[in-house]
Amino acid sequence: MIRSQVLICGGTGCTSSGSPKIRAEFEKQIQNYDLQDEIKLVQTGCFGLCSLGPVVIVYPDGTFYSRVTEADVPEIVEEHLLKGRPVDRLVYNDTDAAPTDTHTETALSETRFYKAQKRVALRNCGVIDPENIEEYIAMDGYAALGKALTEMTPEDVIKCVTDSGLRGRGGGGFPTGRKWALCAPNKAPQKYVVCNADEGDPGAFMDRSVLEGDPHAIIEAMAIAGYAIGATKGYVYVRAEYPIAVKRLAIAIGQAREYGLLGENIFDSGFSFDLQIRLGAGAFVCGEETALMTSIEGNRGEPRPRPPYPAVKGLYGSPTVENNVETFANIPQIILKGAEWFASMGTEKSKGTKVFALGGKINNTGLVEIPMGTTLREIIEDIGGGIPNGKKFKAAQTGGPSGGCIPESLIDTPVDYDNLTAIGCMMGSGGLIIMDEDTCMVDMAKFFLDFTVDESCGKCTPCRVGMKRLMEMLEKITKGQGTLEDLDKIEQLCYYIKENSLCGLGQTAPNPVLATLKFFRDEYVAHVVDKKCPAGVCKDLLSFSIDKEKCIGCGLCARNCPVNTITRTDYIAPGHKLASFEIHQDKCVKCGACMANCKFKAISKQ
Amino acid sequence: MKSLAELQKIKARMQDKVVLREGSGDVRVVVGMATCGIAAGARPVLNEFVKDVNEENLSDKVTVSQTGCIGICQYEPVVEIFEAGKEKVTYVKMTADKAKEVVEKHLKGGQVVEQYTIGAYQS
Repeated sequence: MIRSQVLICGGTGCTSSGSPKIRAEFEKQIQNYDLQDEIKLVQTGCFGLCSLGPVVIVYPDGTFYSRVTEADVPEIVEEHLLKGRPVDRLVYNDTDAAPTDTHTETALSETRFYKAQKRVALRNCGVIDPENIEEYIAMDGYAALGKALTEMTPEDVIKCVTDSGLRGRGGGGFPTGRKWALCAPNKAPQKYVVCNADEGDPGAFMDRSVLEGDPHAIIEAMAIAGYAIGATKGYVYVRAEYPIAVKRLAIAIGQAREYGLLGENIFDSGFSFDLQIRLGAGAFVCGEETALMTSIEGNRGEPRPRPPYPAVKGLYGSPTVENNVETFANIPQIILKGAEWFASMGTEKSKGTKVFALGGKINNTGLVEIPMGTTLREIIEDIGGGIPNGKKFKAAQTGGPSGGCIPESLIDTPVDYDNLTAIGCMMGSGGLIIMDEDTCMVDMAKFFLDFTVDESCGKCTPCRVGMKRLMEMLEKITKGQGTLEDLDKIEQLCYYIKENSLCGLGQTAPNPVLATLKFFRDEYVAHVVDKKCPAGVCKDLLSFSIDKEKCIGCGLCARNCPVNTITRTDYIAPGHKLASFEIHQDKCVKCGACMANCKFKAISKQ
Repeated sequence: MKSLAELQKIKARMQDKVVLREGSGDVRVVVGMATCGIAAGARPVLNEFVKDVNEENLSDKVTVSQTGCIGICQYEPVVEIFEAGKEKVTYVKMTADKAKEVVEKHLKGGQVVEQYTIGAYQS
C-alpha cells in the first residue's frame, strides 16, 4: 500500500540541475530501506520554481524540498520517509510565519510563491506523471473531450469557448472562440488544427513547461478544436531545442492512440482525429502563424501576406485553426467547468489567467500563473520574492523582443491585454524579464534588436534593412558617438518599420526601442550629450579609476588585470606603507576585474 | 475509448493513486515515527491506517501522514487525529488492531475511541 509519494521535477530546468541523478539515488535508497511498497516515485513536469531546482515534493504532507543534491537523498529517505521528520534545512519556506506546525509551514501551497497563483493552464504541471495517461485521466483528463463529443454539438463547443472570453495566449490576444467560428463554416475536404509550440522569445518557457508537464491537455484540446471546426488532422509544431517536450509529447500521442482517444471514431461518436509532431529548427519567425504553416509544408519558414487568413486558407491551402500551447491548455477546463467559471477570473476584457516566465533580476526565477489583472507589483514583490541584493526595481520587459518595458512609475498597472497595450507595451507570450538599477535601457533595447536583426527572415525590406540601420544607430549611441538628431531619426524609422513590415516580427521588432525611448529618454540623452552610461554598462562610455588616497598598494588589481595596464605610482597615501596604483586608460578594456578584486573599495567606475 | 463509462472506470481506478497529491483532506491522521515510535511498533500502525483508509474509501477526506517525535515516548506508538474545527485527539500505545478499530469507529463513525486516548491512560 502506498502511503507516501515523492514527486521529482523532470522539467528542463531541474533536469539540467541534476534531477535524473536524484531520482536514481531515491530509487536506490528506497530499496535500501525496503520502502518500495510504501513509497512511490513520480517524475513530473515543471513545478515553477526553477531557480530552486532540483525540486522534490513529498506527499501527503506536501513538503517542498529545494536545491536537492544526490548527497541529500539518503537523509531525506531515512529522516522523512522512514521516520517522518522533514529535513528542515532543505525545506523551502518563504512565508513569514514562524515554524510552529511543521505540517502547514512546509507545505508547498502555503509558500508566498504559490499562494497568489491560480493554476489553470499549469494545473497538472508538477502534479502528475506526464508519461502516464492514466494519471491525466485521474485528474479529469479527456473528460472534456468526452463531454464535447457525446453531449455537445460543434456549435455548442464554439459558443462555450467564445463565451469564456479566452484570448490567444501566444501574444496577439485574438479571441479564440471567434477564430474557431471563422474557420468552422468554411467547407473543404480536409481542415487542420495546428498547435504553435514554437516558443521563441528569449527567456520564455511557458509552452515548453506545459508540453513537458501536461502533454495530454494539448492533445485533448486539439481534438476538441478539431471537432468544433470539422478538422480530422492536427500538427504540433515544436522546436527541436525542446527535446524533453518532444519526447513526452510523442509518448503522450502514442498512449492516446492506444487508448482510442486519438484515431478513428473516438467515444463512438463518429468523430476521428489524429495528430503529428513537426519539429522546427528554431527560427524565431516560424512562431508567426503563416511562416509556421509554410515550414510545416516543408518550405523555408517565411511569412505570407494576410488576408487570406488561415481560417480560410491556411495549411496546405486548407482552412486551419492555429492556437498557442497555453491557449489550448485552457480549453479542456473551459469545456468541463463552463464558460462562466472561466469568465469569472480576470478583468473585463481579459478573462482567465496568464502564465509568465519570470526571469532576470528577481529572486524566484520560474514559472507563475496569475489571474489577469494582478498588478506587476504583486508579481514581483509577492510571488517573485523581490529583487536580489537589495537593488532597486527599474523596469520589466514583457513580450520579449516584440514587447516593451514597464517602468517603475507604472508598477501598479493591472496586467491584462488592454492595459499593457494602453501603456505601449504588450502581453506577449509571457516572458517577463525584471531589470534592476544596474541595467542600461539602451543596452537592453540593443540586445533585443540584435536578436530580431538576427532572426529577420529577410523577405521584406523594412524589417531586413530597417532593423539593421536601427541597430547601427543604437550602436553609435552606446559608443558615445550619437547625436540628438539620431534620437529623432530612430523614432521615425521605428514607426516606418512597424507600419510597413509584412509580418508580426517586423511590426513589433522596434517596440523595445520605442518603449525605452518613451520611458527612459533621459538615459538615451545621457549617452548622447554627457557621453555617460548612467547604469555603468556601456563599456565605451565607462572608465575605471583608482582613488589614490584609498589604495594601500597591495597590487591585487594589477595582478588581475588581463592587459597589464595598471602600474604603481610614486605616491604613498598618508597612513599607508606602499605606493598606490593607477590605471592607464589607453589600454584598459573595461573588464572590471580590478574593481571586483579590490578589497578596499578603492576602484570606482563611472 | 468507446464510452464515457470506460473513461470513468480508469479514473476511479487511478484516483487513489493521485489523491495523495491533492493536499490534505479534512481529517489528518499523523503517526509519530521517530526512532522511539518505530522501535515501539509505529510502522505496522501506520501501514494499517494507510491500508484501511484506502479500503474504506476514506482517502477523499482523510490524509495519513507521519511526523517525528511527539515528545511522549513512554506512550509510543502515538497517533494524533486532527480535524478542522475540532479538538485534536491523541491515541497512545497503538497497535495495528487498535488502528483498525479507530478507523472503523472514529474515522468512519465519528466516535472517539476513548479508552485508547491519552486521557484514559493518564487518569
